[in-house]
Amino acid sequence: MKHESDHQLFENYQRNLKREKKFVLVLQLIILVSFFGFWELASSMYWIDPLIFSSPSEIYSVLLDKFSDGSMLTHLQVTLFETVLGFLIGTILGIIMATVLWSSERLSNIMDPYLVVMNAMPKVALGPIIIVAIGPGYLSIITMGAIISVVITTLVVYSAFREVDPNYVKVLKSFKASRGQIFKEAVFPATIPAMISTLKVNVGLSWVGVVVGEFLVSNEGLGYLIVYGFQVFDFSLVMSSLILISIFAAVMYKIIERIETFLIKHTK
Amino acid sequence: MSFLTLDHVSHHYFSKKNFTKALDDITFSIKEGEFVALLGPSGCGKSTILSIIAGIIEHTAGEIYVNDQPLQQAELDIGYMLQQDYLFPWKSIIDNVLIGPKISHDQSEETKKNAVDLLNQVGLSGITEDYPDSLSGGMRQRVALVRTLITNPKILLLDEPFSALDYQTRLKLEDLVWELLGLYSKTSILVTHDIGEAIAMSDRILLMDANPGSIAKTFEVPVELRNEKPFLVRRHPKYQILFDKIWEKLNKNEANSLQHEVVESPNET
Ligand SMILES: Nc1ncnc2c1ncn2[C@@H]1O[C@H](COP(=O)(O)OP(=O)(O)O)[C@@H](O)[C@H]1O
Ligand SMILES: [Mg+2]
Repeated sequence: MKHESDHQLFENYQRNLKREKKFVLVLQLIILVSFFGFWELASSMYWIDPLIFSSPSEIYSVLLDKFSDGSMLTHLQVTLFETVLGFLIGTILGIIMATVLWSSERLSNIMDPYLVVMNAMPKVALGPIIIVAIGPGYLSIITMGAIISVVITTLVVYSAFREVDPNYVKVLKSFKASRGQIFKEAVFPATIPAMISTLKVNVGLSWVGVVVGEFLVSNEGLGYLIVYGFQVFDFSLVMSSLILISIFAAVMYKIIERIETFLIKHTK
Repeated sequence: MSFLTLDHVSHHYFSKKNFTKALDDITFSIKEGEFVALLGPSGCGKSTILSIIAGIIEHTAGEIYVNDQPLQQAELDIGYMLQQDYLFPWKSIIDNVLIGPKISHDQSEETKKNAVDLLNQVGLSGITEDYPDSLSGGMRQRVALVRTLITNPKILLLDEPFSALDYQTRLKLEDLVWELLGLYSKTSILVTHDIGEAIAMSDRILLMDANPGSIAKTFEVPVELRNEKPFLVRRHPKYQILFDKIWEKLNKNEANSLQHEVVESPNET
């Protein structure tokens, strides 16, 4: 039997871990490259209609064009701005509403059926009404991005508030804490992990709200580019916008994950 | 003169379709500096008594007096220790300890210094900036003890504070808590279902009955045992005598309540 020191065993373990990681990464790259490679091939051989499905090289040249003349950057900025703002407003408003509900049991009983209905309603269907009420422009689109996540945030955060271990509350009550102090010292901090998981959902929702909003009204932004490309039958433009949306939605999600690991260190 | 008196106190828990009579006609009083144990099977209403004294829930009948004043007006400062430590995991040890003073808006340097001194006294030095998750169960419960003592409460309510700990830690902590409470001559009520612990730590034992919770019998702990550390009490000859007496009474109660059920069950439905 081979005799290895503890340290060697640990090094072996680490080496295997690294090897496995590398293997996964290589496979991921292979999938990516072959997907785009096959797409390119299929398009150039006319297995698929290049006018509808475009091709990676087409998309690349569209992106290059639009970025070098600066127009794509503007669209990207507009959409990002609307999404981030809609996301923040929706989330913060949701948390505030949950806090208000928590502050009065009676209020939450009264509001319960309305919240259920508002939650069940498909929020994007409100789009035309919002646009008419607020006027076409950034404001309605940001509202769309916010409204889509505000009710679900309220419900999820409120139920998380209620699930906080009552013994924490007991400890604070033994020190004669007021309801506000109980909220600040126990209920709110104990709920931070739940709030962060709603953030992750809300990021995706806000993209939906903003893109639909831009479909309906805008003359700027990635959602607008998709509709415009569709109308002039420029599907390379549609695909380019789609790819940008995917990339930036993923980046936002990753940022939230980073914030999560930072904040959750001591809440479990 | 008694410090705390419960006078014919009852408590019902109500729910939509049902109610539970958790306490029935509880009467007892505690002198200042006395250490009383509430002993009884789980579900007999021990925690309910503590919650009522702490003012966390309101009793449904009877009166409670603190120094002959009704409890509501007495502004009794209590310290409450629960089965688990319930330290806030997102707060450092020192912030956990100082939560009571923070709530009463006392952020003075002196309090902070007291906190560190008390932590040292329970054998926890140099961990003020650590977080609860890096501490063992026994250490965490000691932090909880300091958190309870730092506000200088008039009465300590200990709700099975050792039951989540392993046996060895538990014996050590019993000694520590007993010594510390004796040193500051705190009035204390210890809730437990462990006969040995009740004898080892208290001056007087109130044995409880369940369904509904009531006081079945009071046992005075012999003076020789009161002034010994819990660990030494457990080896004292008189310890076993009292243990057997309580054991016998407990079993008789249990047999009685079983008999009740047998007699009553045909009448139900
Ligand atoms: N919040 C509550 N709502 C309804 N019933 C309760 C509640 N808390 C305790 N009870 C009931 O009251 C009785 C006494 O409970 P408790 O005081 O916790 O007993 P112990 O601490 O002695 O185990 C039990 O029958 C329990 O089921
Ligand atoms: Mg209990």
